[in-house]
Amino acid sequence: MLNATLAELSAALAAKRTSSLELTRACLERIERLDGTLNAFITVDEARALEDARRADARRAQGDAGRLTGIPLAHKDILCTRGLPTTCGSKMLAKFVSPYDAHVIERFDAAGAVLLGKCNMDEFAMGSSSETSHFGPVRNPWDARLVPGGSSGGSATAVAARMAPAATGTDTGGSIRQPAALTGVCGLKPTYGLVSRYGLVAFASSLDQAGPIGKSAEDLALMLEVMAGFDPRDSTSVDRPQQRYSQELDLDLKSLRIGLPKEYFGEGIEPGVRRAVEEAVRWFAAQGASTVELELPNARLGVPVYYVIAPAEASSNLSRFDGVRYGHRAAEFADLIDMYCRTRAEGFGTEVKQRILVGTYVLSHGYYDAYYLQAQKVRRLIARDFDLAFKKCDLILGPTAPSTAFAIGAKTEDPVQMYLNDIFTIPAPLAGLPALSIPCGFDERGLPVGLQLTGAHFSEARLLGAAHRYQQASDWHLRVPKETPL
Amino acid sequence: MAWEVVVGIETHAQLATKSKMFSGASTAFGAAPNTQAAAVDIALPGVLPVANRAAIELAIRFGLAVKGAINRRSIFARKNYFYPDLPKGYQISQYESPIVRGGEIRFTLNDAERVVRLTRAHLEEDAGKSLHEDFHGMTGIDLNRAGTPLLEIVSEPELRGAKEAVAYARALHALVMWIGICDGNMQEGSFRCDANVSVKKTDEKGLGTRCEIKNLNSFRFMEQAIEFEAKRQVELLEDGGQVEQETRLYDPERGETRSMRTKEDAQDYRYFPDPDLLPLVVPEQLLSEILQGLPELPDVRRERFVREYALTVYDAGLLTASRAAADYFEALVKAAGVEPKLCANWQTGELSAVLNREEQDIATCPVSPQMLAGILRRISDGTISGKAAKQVFEVMWKLGGSADEIIERDGLRQVSDAGAIEKLVDEVLAANARLAADYRSGKEKAFNALVGQVMKASRGKANPVQAAEALRRKLG
Amino acid sequence: MSLSHDQIRRIARLARIAIAPGEADALAARLNRVLALVEELRAVDTAGIEPMAHALEVVQRLRPDEATEPDRHELYQSVAPAVQDGLYLVPKVIE
Ligand SMILES: [Mg+2]
Ligand SMILES: [Zn+2]
Repeated sequence: MLNATLAELSAALAAKRTSSLELTRACLERIERLDGTLNAFITVDEARALEDARRADARRAQGDAGRLTGIPLAHKDILCTRGLPTTCGSKMLAKFVSPYDAHVIERFDAAGAVLLGKCNMDEFAMGSSSETSHFGPVRNPWDARLVPGGSSGGSATAVAARMAPAATGTDTGGSIRQPAALTGVCGLKPTYGLVSRYGLVAFASSLDQAGPIGKSAEDLALMLEVMAGFDPRDSTSVDRPQQRYSQELDLDLKSLRIGLPKEYFGEGIEPGVRRAVEEAVRWFAAQGASTVELELPNARLGVPVYYVIAPAEASSNLSRFDGVRYGHRAAEFADLIDMYCRTRAEGFGTEVKQRILVGTYVLSHGYYDAYYLQAQKVRRLIARDFDLAFKKCDLILGPTAPSTAFAIGAKTEDPVQMYLNDIFTIPAPLAGLPALSIPCGFDERGLPVGLQLTGAHFSEARLLGAAHRYQQASDWHLRVPKETPL
Repeated sequence: MAWEVVVGIETHAQLATKSKMFSGASTAFGAAPNTQAAAVDIALPGVLPVANRAAIELAIRFGLAVKGAINRRSIFARKNYFYPDLPKGYQISQYESPIVRGGEIRFTLNDAERVVRLTRAHLEEDAGKSLHEDFHGMTGIDLNRAGTPLLEIVSEPELRGAKEAVAYARALHALVMWIGICDGNMQEGSFRCDANVSVKKTDEKGLGTRCEIKNLNSFRFMEQAIEFEAKRQVELLEDGGQVEQETRLYDPERGETRSMRTKEDAQDYRYFPDPDLLPLVVPEQLLSEILQGLPELPDVRRERFVREYALTVYDAGLLTASRAAADYFEALVKAAGVEPKLCANWQTGELSAVLNREEQDIATCPVSPQMLAGILRRISDGTISGKAAKQVFEVMWKLGGSADEIIERDGLRQVSDAGAIEKLVDEVLAANARLAADYRSGKEKAFNALVGQVMKASRGKANPVQAAEALRRKLG
Repeated sequence: MSLSHDQIRRIARLARIAIAPGEADALAARLNRVLALVEELRAVDTAGIEPMAHALEVVQRLRPDEATEPDRHELYQSVAPAVQDGLYLVPKVIE
């Protein structure tokens, strides 16, 4: 049961072959067994989860169940949940209990899903390894010495280790797709504006999007159907008709034009990653899809652009953590300014402080034009590359990350080494595009490799369709990590 | 060479909306602390701003009223700084692209027309309030005001001296209330001015170094503060010193300005476009709707009053001090059908004196223009004397009723009956032989005393013109 | 270009983050690594390119002017470090 997809679980619940209570108990037991090692969760509220499950079963008994009613889910601890801690993996919010629910949480609540717990993450979503959490690093279920990627490493690990059938994550520069790739699960970053950011604690507002992490493309589609939709409380939420993604998965591969940017197949990619991705390209070609060689000449500038824009926005977004209205406040201080300075020095970890300082610098007097404004201009160049590319192809294919999972501690000393992990995931959010990662094989060490598909704005159905067709013909996505057998 | 004082005024006018700029919290004044601070206003993690339509429409209305250019695409930026009354650590404010650019304010000073150009007017949100009463040595923060929509109106630095600066501020104050974008309540902080003051020698081309004076919460303080500050700067420069650009606070108790911020904390606001808010685009349709809804503006109306009713610029200025006053005047003229000058005299004289005394506003005046018109008609046709008219007015204010009812009930009708007046004159002459003799011997003053006696004998009711005529005739 | 300790202190002050003396060197090294990474942008020719602040070409939606938010200050202040009489307390603000 723990290895079943959402679609299968939904069918089992509908056929009364299982109950939400049984399913939720199974998940809680597995969390109990595995999470001491993996550290994927910050908060697990068993009583609440079981209560949710009972309510879902009652709702189903009344004939009022949707497809996700009774399905236990794990949420990244950056989404506000009323009455539960929402920590963002930070000491700053370690004791913060949100007085309200994020839009995404409200939606899953309305759908009757069960809230299993809140997932560990890089502090304030700043990281690519889930090592910067105040609550300790998350471990990769394929090899506990390795990182699961980040920042949604807890969510990806929860799904990969079968502790939760599916989870939510958030993606600013790759934080859903990269950990999905490194843990062998699927993750989708939706088009900017498709999922409301209301209640998502902001890291970089012009880039942040919440999205689903699951075992299959179909599961992502089922999750996205609930998450996506207009929300008047978010000015950047786009008002467009609701789509039934799970009903649109039958993509005709014969008419599909797949773009292969040469920049995504160049230097610096591990051979095992390259091999698996090229194998997938051959499979699509064999199904009749055409492939188009492309150039995204400015994509290589994505990392520097991102490391100006995201810290700039973060430096401002994280100013509200000042010890006045909620969160950590220093115990001792000389005066008001000292209270601010100590509160923030104590409450934030190294990576967060570093990014706030970079962001403060690039916005400061005399440097704004050279860094921030210039980064915004190059951001447009990157977006234009994609516009041109999507005149020639329907989706862009490449590796999600240049390497498979790396050792805990391997990249913590040099921030730039860490940042380069996101080289392929950063361009999509800069351009606001949807992109997903699905497993496409394993490297010689037996570690999962992620395949990334990027589409034009609001082309989620096509991306999910292509991934679904691939998964109908492969079982990479159903492999269970050897360290966490069922 | 004389010194010249140059002033630019920055005004924060609170826009008259029901809810805040970016949240659905109420903007009503005087609520218990933090009861009108929504999640967005206290900047809970994860909350987002959504712009208030009314605030934008009111800002556009102002822009059109001052003949400024409405920026068809304006941008909300973040102004970053730490302060406990600023919950997000930044203020949302328009920076590079304000909603209104340019424009002008027209006003009269010493009967002369002045035009002062505006630099810009931009939308922003207010901060909360710090309460410094003692909370065990702490400061209390009330965020009810945080997020209240403001229009910051910036004048060019071209006001010459304190008097002109105050005249500008008064005209602007009248205008924002006239067009209904702000309630103008200065005690509640709905209309707040900062003055940028510098001095220069008359023949100098450029401007001197300026100081910004904050906390000018009345026009009287504004005048005092600018005068003090100009004098301070002149004395500094004449002593060979230099003016330092800084923010100064006006202390009304001591009647002086003092330095407010230390240089050590040189501000760097790190403005950048707010990624949570999209470009504010004003469609043509909305622009023309707002233009159509705009009332006749005070300067236009003032000029029309001078032209149409043959009033002085001064009277016309008083009568267009507010839209309610101007509306009252025109309703009065229409209802009374008497000389507009008489209407103007009564409104700016008796009526405004009583309104002042009773601390009432013309908009809520118990004596309607139609009621007052009844009095003015009876003055005009000689039924009552001016003095009796004031009595009628007092009764009307307290008890209501029409002029004619009050005149009849209180017996205030002037005695115009020739026989009755003649009888009174005879009695007065008989009783005041001495005065009559004085008059006849050439003391003109005695005549007025005799008229006074007739009026007294009639208990004010005799028609004074008729009484004087009868007296002259009898005194031969 | 490389940040001096003085510059880092100034930025940290703007960002209201205390830097412990022992932290300064390591922090400077990390910050300068990141700035070296983004330095590459300065050489890019962006003449005539509009800065891109938002991922989508959409405009601001407006909210009707209605006071819809109830008083929730007790709930909100239940997570505050210091409150009294409905006010948030902070160290004395000196103007
Ligand atoms: Mg200002
Ligand atoms: Zn302002």
